[in-house]
Amino acid sequence: MILSADGVGFGYRRGAPILTDISLDIQAGRNLALVGESGAGKSTLLRLLLGLARPTTGVIRFDGAPLTVGRPFRRAVQAVFQDPYSSLDPRHRIGRIVAEPLRGLGLGADPAKVTAALDAVGLPADTAGRYPHEFSGGQRQRIAIARAIVGNPRLLLADEPVSALDLTTRVRIVDLLASLCSSHGLTIMLVSHDLGVVAELCAWTAVLESGRLVEQGETAAVLGRPSHPYTQRLLASVPRLPLS
Amino acid sequence: MSLLTVDGLTVRAPGGRVLVDDVSFTVAPGDRVGLLGESGSGKSLTALAVIGLLPRGITATGEIRLDGADMLRKPRGRGSVAATVFQEPLTALDPLMTAGKQIALPLRRFRGLRGTALRDGVHAALDEVLLTDTERIARSYPHQLSGGQRQRVAIAMALACRPKLIIADEPTTALDVTVQAEILDLLDRIVATHGTSLLFITHDLPVAARIVRDSHVLRAGRIVESGPIAALVENPAHDYTRTLVASARRFDEALERTRR
Repeated sequence: MILSADGVGFGYRRGAPILTDISLDIQAGRNLALVGESGAGKSTLLRLLLGLARPTTGVIRFDGAPLTVGRPFRRAVQAVFQDPYSSLDPRHRIGRIVAEPLRGLGLGADPAKVTAALDAVGLPADTAGRYPHEFSGGQRQRIAIARAIVGNPRLLLADEPVSALDLTTRVRIVDLLASLCSSHGLTIMLVSHDLGVVAELCAWTAVLESGRLVEQGETAAVLGRPSHPYTQRLLASVPRLPLS
Repeated sequence: MSLLTVDGLTVRAPGGRVLVDDVSFTVAPGDRVGLLGESGSGKSLTALAVIGLLPRGITATGEIRLDGADMLRKPRGRGSVAATVFQEPLTALDPLMTAGKQIALPLRRFRGLRGTALRDGVHAALDEVLLTDTERIARSYPHQLSGGQRQRVAIAMALACRPKLIIADEPTTALDVTVQAEILDLLDRIVATHGTSLLFITHDLPVAARIVRDSHVLRAGRIVESGPIAALVENPAHDYTRTLVASARRFDEALERTRR
C-alpha cells in the first residue's frame, strides 16, 4: 500500500462537507482511477492525497503511517495536471523545469537523469535547451510527465492528464503512461471523466459522486456491470462509435 | 439550392502563412454537416470565416455564400440567418448581464419583441432548451449557473431568432460527459424540430458520429476526406482519417472489453 485514505472527510468551516467517509487504497502495481464529474470532489481528494490539505476527519496514510510531507513522500509521489500550458514555467528552459524535483529533493540536478527522463517520454536530449512555448500541447504534457518521473517516484497522481489533448495525442500519452508503469515500476492514480481512458489504463476504479464513493472495484466489474445508478448514467452518456 | 456554400476558401495569417487551404463544402437546408479535425486543422477559422468574424489581420480568399449573402466581402445575417454556439459559454456570455437580458437582446433586435411579448419570448426560449425554473435562470448572472445551464442559455440565444443555420464549435468539449449527452440530445431534437441546418465542429469523432450525418475531415487546413460519417468510421480511405478512427476505437474497445 503506497497511499491510502481511511474514512476521510473534508469540509470548510461553514457549508456542506465536500468529501464524506472516503476509504480507498492505492496499491503498488494496481493503477487506480477516480471517476466523477465537476464538483464531485475529485480534485479535493487529490489535494488531500498530495498532503496539500488536511482531512477534517479520518486519516491519509503513506506507507502505512499517517502522511507527513517530507522528503520520502515527495520522492515517492509526484503529480501531473490537466493543463500542460499552465504547469510549465514559461521563463525556464525545459532542462531546468525537468530537473526541478531533483533540486527540490537535494538529489543534484544531474543532466544525465534529465536526459534519461526526456528519453523515457520520447523527447530528444536537445529538448532540454528549449522553452515551453516551442512545444505543442502533447509535447508539453510529455515534458510535465518527464518532470514527474525524473526522480523515479513510485506513484504518479495524474489529474485529467489527457483531457486537454487531441484524440490521437491522447492515445500516445496513454501508451506512454502504460509503458512507464511496466518499465519504471510506476503506479498511477488517474483522475478522469473519460471512461475509455480509464478502461485502457486502470485495473481498479472508484466512482465519486457528491463527495461520496458510490462504487469501487475492478474496472471490468465497475464499468462492465455498474451497480450504482450514477455509474450507469455515466456509462450511458459516453458517446460511442457506430458499430461496424 | 444550398443554404451555405464555401468554395475554395483560403485563409492566411498576417505573415502570409496558409491556415485554411482551398476548402470547399456546402450545407443544404436541414443538413447536419461536421467539420472534424484536431488542433491547428483550421476548423474553427473556417467557422469564423462563415459568419464573417475572422480576427483582424487574417485574410480570406475564395467564396462564401450564406443564404445569398457574400460573407467574405459583405457579411450579413449573423445572428439571424446563422447563429453560433461556442465551446466555452462562460466567455460567450456577458458576465455583467443576466441570462434573461442576454436572451432578450436578439429577440428585441431581430424579432422586434417588446414588453410582455419580450418577457414571454425569453421564457419560451428558456423552456425550449429544457431549463426548468425559468424565472430564476432569467434573473441569474452567468457565474451563478452551472456549465450545462450556461451552454443551454447560449443555445437559447442562438435559437432566439430562428436561424436557418446553427454553427456549433466544440459546444460540449468543456462539459461533463452526462451534460454533454444532454446537450447533444437537445441540439439533435431542436434541429430536427425546426429543420435547422447544423454545422458542427469538433475534434471528437464519437461526438460527431452522434449528431452529424455528413462530415469533412480537416488536417492542417485541408479537407482530406468527406462523406457520410458512418462510412468514414466504417471505411476510412485517407491515412489521417484511419488514424483518427483507430484512436477513437482504442478507447471505445477498451470500454467494450469491460462488458465481456
